Amino acid sequence: MNDQPSIPVAELTGSFGGLQARSNAQLNSVARISVRNLDFYYGPHLPKALKGINLDFPDRQVTGMIGPSGCGKSTLLRVLNRMYSLYPGQRAEGEVIMDGRNLLSPDIDINELRSKVGMVFQKPTPFPMTIYENIAFGVRLHEKLSKKQMDERVEWALTRAALWNEVKDRLQSSAMGLSGGQQQRLCIARTIAVRPEVILFDEPTSALDPISTLKIEELIDELKRDFTIVIVTHNMQQAARCADQVAFFYLGELIEVAPAAQLFTAPKHPKTQEYITGRFG
Amino acid sequence: MPANDLPPHVVSSYDQELRRLREMIARMGGLVERQVAEATEALIRRDTDLAAEVVGRDNEIDALEAEIEQFCVRLLALRQPVAGDLRLIVACMKISQDLERIGDYARNAAKRAIVIAGQPPFGSLNGFSRMARLVQQNLKDAIDALVTDDVQKADQVWAADESVDDIYTGIFRELLTFMMEDPRNITAATHLLFVAKNLERIGDHATNIAERVHYAVVGETLKEERPKGDNSAYTVVRTPE
Repeated sequence: MNDQPSIPVAELTGSFGGLQARSNAQLNSVARISVRNLDFYYGPHLPKALKGINLDFPDRQVTGMIGPSGCGKSTLLRVLNRMYSLYPGQRAEGEVIMDGRNLLSPDIDINELRSKVGMVFQKPTPFPMTIYENIAFGVRLHEKLSKKQMDERVEWALTRAALWNEVKDRLQSSAMGLSGGQQQRLCIARTIAVRPEVILFDEPTSALDPISTLKIEELIDELKRDFTIVIVTHNMQQAARCADQVAFFYLGELIEVAPAAQLFTAPKHPKTQEYITGRFG
Repeated sequence: MPANDLPPHVVSSYDQELRRLREMIARMGGLVERQVAEATEALIRRDTDLAAEVVGRDNEIDALEAEIEQFCVRLLALRQPVAGDLRLIVACMKISQDLERIGDYARNAAKRAIVIAGQPPFGSLNGFSRMARLVQQNLKDAIDALVTDDVQKADQVWAADESVDDIYTGIFRELLTFMMEDPRNITAATHLLFVAKNLERIGDHATNIAERVHYAVVGETLKEERPKGDNSAYTVVRTPE
């Protein structure tokens, strides 16, 4: 790990250029998504849920987002694929840049965006269909594939999600019969089947047993070769194990972002130290 | 950020355990300081009984080191410490090793004090008392720095070892001269050389402790080269023609 110091973001006023340059240099990667001066409101008369966030998500790296409940980490995750657009009154200001375009601008095709930025939720949410259809369903929304191509895609996605060997003989059985850990890997397979560029994980293992959790973590480690990954987790050890860079949020602000090894051994900001050492409250 | 300035852990038993760890190090540090002081006193007063006591007490230090190590392993396994807590626990583990080694040097000095007491006296041992006082002070300050998260004190200890080295180089030259003057001095002088070396090494371990305290408190290692004054490796005394 690089020994450059991290920068407590809360101490940066106005200029974020220095932060971006250094955070990228540390991780040896260019940003896949760049968040700039992002404010977020859950309603017209409600206070900001996110305050002036500036954060880069480096390409093919895992960014972990941690912080106490209500700190804004899940809100930020929901901004990245415009999930919030489903709810009238919710509003994001600022920029979320991906491929040179602002994802917040009204002319962005949300369906196309969601195929590029996939999401896996806390509770496994298989559709009440066969295992095969769970994967094929989403692919059909975006692509016209022949039967053979679809078979190949389903196998590819299940293989990448480390589930193929366990389900290849029962692709036509209901997905509801899978265990919790298998269902979660099915959801990951469903997400990667449409070949996104970014995968958002919202507490992907909080409903799973420890071994299923480790399988998902192993999978995340494998997936980062091809995908940019953002994971929100309450489990700090999980962030330490999975993430290349970790961002700590508190009361809607990004307090500190640093390579995981640095953040968990020598955080710069006292609030980060208080939170990760269990001194909050 | 010094851990002592932070609010308490939500789990209060964790705070108690970390406090206990600091207390264990303070106790071990106190014991080791006493060993160094009494080994030197035994040497200067030619007190073989006191020297034997020092030799016998070393087991207590070894036992404390084992106890601290086990306690740290337990904390690592059960608390999964991070940040300042992690740095403190790792520092304490390493400091207990430094203290154990200092204890070994004190015991060795005490053993030699017994031999030296049976040899004819020569010269003055003032250099030894001065050197022992300095390393004891550094040792005490380094342990205090750990207990109070005082990084300034740790940095002072880290930079203060140079005068110990100067005294050591002086003693080295002096003893060589005594040996050349009269071969009957060789036995005692050789043992005294080792005692001086032991004290000098104790000083080095005190600066190690200071470095570890610095890392535990601020999260960065001291990068500069430590000031050093031990020139005994280059010392030559010419034989009279």
